Amino acid sequence: LALYFHSGEREEKCIIEDVPSDTLVIGNYKVQRWDTHKQEFLESAPGLGMFVTVTAPSAEILLSKLYGPQGTFSFTSYLPGEYIICLQSNSTRFVAFAGSKLRIHLDIRVGEHFFDESAVQAKDKVNEVYLRLEHIIEKIHHVSKEQNYEREREEKFRKTSEETNSNILWWAIVQTLILISVGIWQIKSLRDFFISKKLV
Amino acid sequence: MPLRGSWAAGPWGSLAPLLLVALATSAARASEITFELPDNAKQCFYEEIAQGTKCTLEFQVITGGHYDVDCRLEDPDGIVLYKEMKKQYDSFTFTASRNGTYKFCFSNEFSTFTHKTVYFDFQVGEDPPLFPSENRVTALTQMESACVSIHEALKSVIDYQTHFRLREAQGRSRAEDLNTRVAYWSIGEAIILLVVSIGQVFLLKSFFSDKRTTTTRVGS
Repeated sequence: LALYFHSGEREEKCIIEDVPSDTLVIGNYKVQRWDTHKQEFLESAPGLGMFVTVTAPSAEILLSKLYGPQGTFSFTSYLPGEYIICLQSNSTRFVAFAGSKLRIHLDIRVGEHFFDESAVQAKDKVNEVYLRLEHIIEKIHHVSKEQNYEREREEKFRKTSEETNSNILWWAIVQTLILISVGIWQIKSLRDFFISKKLV
Repeated sequence: MPLRGSWAAGPWGSLAPLLLVALATSAARASEITFELPDNAKQCFYEEIAQGTKCTLEFQVITGGHYDVDCRLEDPDGIVLYKEMKKQYDSFTFTASRNGTYKFCFSNEFSTFTHKTVYFDFQVGEDPPLFPSENRVTALTQMESACVSIHEALKSVIDYQTHFRLREAQGRSRAEDLNTRVAYWSIGEAIILLVVSIGQVFLLKSFFSDKRTTTTRVGS
């Protein structure tokens, strides 16, 4: 759990994960609280927990649970799209508490199963190669799923671009027609007006 | 992991700290995170890195405004290793010159109202070998070396796939922006055109209809 960042006591920090369908996403986190007396981050803060909320692309809340200061959460995506993982502490202290902040260590893994290192340590050489091969096969499946998802997104991209293209053409024609018809109406209207005023 | 003061006498004593360094640096970690950076905000990430580790920081802006962000990487002493303003995409490799906590920050402080979605990938150290050579007496078998080549090829496939996914996301975001902009501006222009043209005629008519300002041109 190496990478960390700082956050306010009641602040919600969110991470976006764009994943294909049927993908397992595993998150590991550890949170520490800043102690203003000791001027350092406490190793363990009893009572400190984190609300983990995962929102699916359909705006449905997939996961919303309170975990302790250290925890692992996971979810499997059923729809392809952007999943938003939000972390917020359950601290009840007021935000005005000066100098208070949280250190959040975070590690998110997409589409990978934790590699079982202990099974590999077995002396059986055939077993070791077999396990590595299984891991590789799983990775290839993930690549294939991502490519499928990519195909859908590229199609959406292409549709948007073609829509823009036809929009531009359509609106240019409409504007030209409006310009011509309004111009004709202007001249006609003014001519009739001047004739009625006996100026012409 | 203090390594000073543990030098033992004798020729083998000096190997122990070196082994520790080797083990520490062989712990490869890669973190990739996509997050939203609100306007006028700065987000910093920290990581503890051992000396001599080769690290790579790669980032890309996916959505928002001009698709650019400020990035800054500092070593534990506060020396700036990398600093770029308003960059869309970049990749920076460095070797850690000393132990400590390295910090890198993304800043959107120059933007007044656009949120940016930033992706970064921070790779620390090299990946450990697939078949570690500690308890090995023979060379890698054909199966094992085939595994190793497939693993390496897969790593670069996944790397390219991620890059492509991000570029496509950025392109799609631009296309959607363009589409909404074209729609709004076209409707706006058509309305302005109508309003101004019709307004002109009525304004002109009103100049001649006003009894007070009747000029002597009429009838002379």
